[in-house]
Amino acid sequence: MTATAENRAAAVAPADPMVPRPFRIVRRQRELSDTFTMELTAEDGQPFDFRPGQFNMLYAFGAGVSAISISGEKSSGRLLHTVRAVGTVTDRLQALRKGDVVGLRGPFGRPWPVDRARRRDVLIIAGGIGLAPLRPAIHHVLANRGDYGRVLILYGARTPDDILFPKDLKAWRSRFDVFVDVTVDRAAPGWAGKIGVVPDLIERAAFSAEDATAMVCGPEVMMLFTVRALLRAGMAEEDVYVSMERNMKCAVGFCGHCQFGGRFVCKDGPVFAYTDIAHHMTVREL
Amino acid sequence: MPPPDTPVVPSPTPTPALRLDAGRLPHLLAVLTADGRELIGPVVSGGAIVYGPITGADDLPKGLVDDQAPGRYRLVAGESGTYFDHVATANSWKTFLFPPEQKICDIAHADGALTVTAPPVDAPARAFIGVRACDLRAMGILGKVFDNGDFADPAYAARRRNALIVAVNCGRAGGTCFCTSMGTGPKADGGYDLALTEVPAGGDGAPAYFTLVAGSDAGRRILDRLDLNRATAAEVETAAARVAACADSMGREMIADAAEMLGDNLDSPHWQTVAERCLNCANCTMACPTCFCSTVEDVTDLTGDNAERWRKWDSCFTLDHSYMHGGSLRRSGAARYRQWITHKLAHWHDQFGTSGCTGCGRCITWCPVGIDITEEARAVRDRAAGT
Ligand SMILES: Cc1cc2nc3c(=O)[nH]c(=O)nc-3n(C[C@H](O)[C@H](O)[C@H](O)COP(=O)(O)OP(=O)(O)OC[C@H]3O[C@@H](n4cnc5c(N)ncnc54)[C@H](O)[C@@H]3O)c2cc1C
Ligand code: SF4
Ligand code: SF4
Ligand code: FES
Repeated sequence: MTATAENRAAAVAPADPMVPRPFRIVRRQRELSDTFTMELTAEDGQPFDFRPGQFNMLYAFGAGVSAISISGEKSSGRLLHTVRAVGTVTDRLQALRKGDVVGLRGPFGRPWPVDRARRRDVLIIAGGIGLAPLRPAIHHVLANRGDYGRVLILYGARTPDDILFPKDLKAWRSRFDVFVDVTVDRAAPGWAGKIGVVPDLIERAAFSAEDATAMVCGPEVMMLFTVRALLRAGMAEEDVYVSMERNMKCAVGFCGHCQFGGRFVCKDGPVFAYTDIAHHMTVREL
Repeated sequence: MPPPDTPVVPSPTPTPALRLDAGRLPHLLAVLTADGRELIGPVVSGGAIVYGPITGADDLPKGLVDDQAPGRYRLVAGESGTYFDHVATANSWKTFLFPPEQKICDIAHADGALTVTAPPVDAPARAFIGVRACDLRAMGILGKVFDNGDFADPAYAARRRNALIVAVNCGRAGGTCFCTSMGTGPKADGGYDLALTEVPAGGDGAPAYFTLVAGSDAGRRILDRLDLNRATAAEVETAAARVAACADSMGREMIADAAEMLGDNLDSPHWQTVAERCLNCANCTMACPTCFCSTVEDVTDLTGDNAERWRKWDSCFTLDHSYMHGGSLRRSGAARYRQWITHKLAHWHDQFGTSGCTGCGRCITWCPVGIDITEEARAVRDRAAGT
């Protein structure tokens, strides 16, 4: 083998973005019957920076990987992930306990437009587990409260028992500078709140449609109807942001699974301005 | 509207053409071997010509050509006893640059900890012999996928970097080729180290030869070791005329406005019509030199303490490809065929600034029912136009 060919073959390769790093579960908390939050720290002690709306690929040993949004930061380097157990990987993650180790790659994806939303009214609209990816955006807006106009949090869950982060919602509601409204699809005994779907909350919310930014996360149909209600209320398509979900095997644009028309949800999203994907949102089976 | 095509590889300024007697092709291959390179070139395997390891010119399918048509492939004796008058091989260079199965890492579970070990990058020094213009374009396209501006795959980059490309300009058009209408061939216009044009023996007893140019410094260094004469103007002209005749004889073409037209016809009734023929076998995506989809599988050993993560070729024709909690997104065959053709011809432009199709014709040949990407694009357009 000649020197040139050999040297090139032996050159040290940069890190493979498909290889996970070990992270330890330092705290674990049950949220709902099927939903829990894990607090993670890197085993290698490296700092971890992320922006609201980004996600990680979490690896459960022997089971596989799932895309899970970052649902907050306990303190610097202590990441929160809130997971709903729905299948192979998420069930395995649910079975893990404090002290166990997961694999993690990230952070990935484009964030919520918390900078672009500055000096404007902010609508945070979530359905179900969709509140988890929005919580870092809420934290950011509240930590910089003076930078924003009116702040509205509109949230919908299936039943009162499915309301995620009830303590947070209560704390946000107790502030005088945040408007919080919660609705459920189906009431239960003792529920004194609203019954109905999230888009209904928009009609009764006070904000200036021409000067607001909306961040929406939930099941795809919920997002579609919410966007329609926002547009009816006078908002422009470019001021409405949604977070899309697709099958993901890599999160770095290599595996092709997350394609949505001409976009990769993993690296061009998951947060999109509605204008950019409006023409594809209503195409069936895309 | 998709952005205009951007060149995938810069055009080199090739060296003046040299003449290599056909009988001295073994010498070129020997020099490449002496350079420490494993040779990969066309060989006959399972009734078809595929790219695979070769040790010298004797392994090449001299005198054979491939008779390709929609859903049909046959090897037959050629007329001119050439080495390279076959066209697109059954597999593609993707097999070597982006292997069908690659280990991502080993993960060991012990004492409450996970230890992750990535294997060393497997990127042997190789020479790719007989790379066609369409496949060169495909390599440029895959290069953009695996170095997409946000993330880069170091293993792909290393394998590509360690491959010396010996291109061959096509002298014969295959029955399913349509590179001229995709602007990708039949002449290699960049991205190679060396490029050959084969001229068969003349009826007057003139011996067969190649014209040979270098397109890179690595190629020039190989040429320096060959001690060849400049090709005469007449030889260069004869070789060029053969490539031009190949272009002129190409019987198939892609419609010019495929990208925009398909993007505008996601609701075409034609998807259902194709779905009635399509077997969802995924042959087209496996054969395609640019299809890059992969999945990742976890394999655990019997003790349950060691797992391996493997990246494997996947296809948008499977239901799992679009699986989300509750079911697959692209449940119908119509939606899956639409994903394939609109990705190749339309959405690829949005993603990478180039078409994902090079016009190599493999998907047409290897489709068991002979579905033809050029015909289907045309049919969608005609139905949209109501003709
Ligand atoms: C950007 C993004 C952020 C997400 N954030 C969260 C979060 O914060 N919390 C949370 O609980 N869930 C989140 N999800 C959904 C979560 O990824 C899926 O629920 C999970 O992958 C299901 O995997 P499973 O193996 O448990 O289920 P199975 O049904 O056994 O899944 C089989 C395979 O299908 C794929 N898959 C299934 N459902 C989904 C889905 N909804 N989205 C993408 N791929 C899927 C996965 O590749 C999985 O390996 C997010 C998804 C995306 C794309
Ligand atoms: S789509 Fe068909 S013709 Fe185009 S590059 Fe792929 S296999 Fe070749
Ligand atoms: S056509 Fe299908 S298999 Fe090929 S790259 Fe596109 S999505 Fe992947
Ligand atoms: S998740 Fe693999 S390309 Fe987006």
